[in-house]
Amino acid sequence: MSAADIKRREKLIQRIFLVIAFSSLFSLFLIALFIFVEGLPMIWKVGLKDFLLSTRWAPTKGHFGIFAMIVSSFWVTIGALLFGGPLGLMCSIFLVEFASSKVRAIIKPALELLAGIPSVVYGFLGVVYLVPLVRDYLGGPGLSLLTSCIILGIMILPTVISISVDSLVAVPDSYREAAFSLGATRWQTTHMVTVHAAKSGIITALVLGMGRAVGETMAVIMIAGNALKIPLSPLDPIRTLTSNIALEMGYASGLHRQALFATGIVLFFFVMALNLIATAFARRKRFK
Amino acid sequence: MNRRLGKHLGLLCLLLAVGLLFACSRKEEDTPKKKGGYASIIIAGSTSVQPFAEKLAEIYMVKNPNTVVNVQGGGSTAGIRAAQSGIANIGTSSRNLHPEEKGLFEIPIAFDGIAVIVNPKNSINNLSTETLRAIYAGKILSWKELNGVDHRITTITREEGSGTRGAFEELVMEKLEIDPGCIVQDSNGAVRELVATDPYAIGYISLGLVNKQVKAVALDGVAPSLKAVKEKRYRFFRPFLFLTKKKPSGLTLHFICFVLSPEGQRILAKEGLIPASIIHGESDLCRQQTSKEEKN
Repeated sequence: MSAADIKRREKLIQRIFLVIAFSSLFSLFLIALFIFVEGLPMIWKVGLKDFLLSTRWAPTKGHFGIFAMIVSSFWVTIGALLFGGPLGLMCSIFLVEFASSKVRAIIKPALELLAGIPSVVYGFLGVVYLVPLVRDYLGGPGLSLLTSCIILGIMILPTVISISVDSLVAVPDSYREAAFSLGATRWQTTHMVTVHAAKSGIITALVLGMGRAVGETMAVIMIAGNALKIPLSPLDPIRTLTSNIALEMGYASGLHRQALFATGIVLFFFVMALNLIATAFARRKRFK
Repeated sequence: MNRRLGKHLGLLCLLLAVGLLFACSRKEEDTPKKKGGYASIIIAGSTSVQPFAEKLAEIYMVKNPNTVVNVQGGGSTAGIRAAQSGIANIGTSSRNLHPEEKGLFEIPIAFDGIAVIVNPKNSINNLSTETLRAIYAGKILSWKELNGVDHRITTITREEGSGTRGAFEELVMEKLEIDPGCIVQDSNGAVRELVATDPYAIGYISLGLVNKQVKAVALDGVAPSLKAVKEKRYRFFRPFLFLTKKKPSGLTLHFICFVLSPEGQRILAKEGLIPASIIHGESDLCRQQTSKEEKN
């Protein structure tokens, strides 16, 4: 085979892979296009203000306000971060800075297993165990913002931990050695030097965890109660944007269906914003 | 090395192509013969009707091996649309049609009671329609107002668009709206599960699905039961409708008549529904069909 042949073949293979790589981008483009084409006419018809800022959602009677769901999605995401963030961060610090390799060999695969558990199982456990606990000891119907936050907090752990572990591992050992040589203890080194150096990666981990929380559907439908009110306490039932789509999808037609797609548009911007923030922080690391 | 890889790839492609050709040719041999002999009916709509329609279709297909009856879900509203547009031969609905949806040929195949359920620990045994309406409208908030325990009522409803919810709104709520603070669950089973575990909950489900985990309360003094519905004393029931665009004929009519026949109705009764004939009387839709069959 001549050198030219080989070169041509290289080019060909490169092109094939390029096309394949772009196909994933293409599907993203198609999904976005589809949601917008289906949802935008409805927003146009109802009016952006009535759609985003009204709390009255009664699609069969012609009311399409999703404000209560936007607020609920916001709170549940923050709540999940409050539960899952510190837990995940501490877990990853332990794994990188304190754990012996033996302990790490047990915990790491276990965490990966946590990521593999289907969300319906989380929801089921929530309904069977957590909901009665909350109802009996804290009051309210049990299906609530609080319950959702706890379950989602657990569900985002794998995301938070794996990315923050990566960013902690990426901190050069010379940083730690320098701290040790100045007489710092392991804990002092960790919270003053390592975590500081890995800050942008950790923030990326937390933001991506939020993205996971806002997008979760099945578990939330089962444990959030799906009521259409702005929650006034953590014990009130809530309905998130995702559960609204999944709950009513099967029955919706006409304007109602479009309204669900429009809910998807809002969700799309939600997740997009979170991802942009995450990438912004991840990029900052590189330039430091 | 590279060339050998190329050879292997070529061989693989060839094999795949031959396999594909083989698969195609076999299909071509088989299908037309069968396809010519098969006729199919498409049923789509209410998820409440779906399990019963599936059961009927299964038995109908055993008796008529040359017919395929295809049952799909989608919800009552979707079923009505499917019948209007002719996408399905038969659309199904578990609620009465709204005025703007009229114009379809409606065949009630059975009736289903709606039971209001509470936790067995709850001392309430009877509710009036007005009280029930006030609970779901969010005007009565505590069981204390009904001489029960001093605890907030957990009101559970179904999701917007559900036939069960539609029927409940029609029968109980009249002009009032269900309070947006109500908990929403997306199936009869989920409502029952929640009521079974929450001592302060109230919900509504299909009468046929009430079990020992929950307590069905009497409405306006009448305890819900198949008998009470049949005797028209219990007024909370809804029709299961088959909908066709025009007056059914041919195969569609044949299937509908099977459903309305004593055998079909017996199957539905066994599954916990109330046969259509008890409330509506004998349908004359199938009289012609039966006499034609007798002639043959």
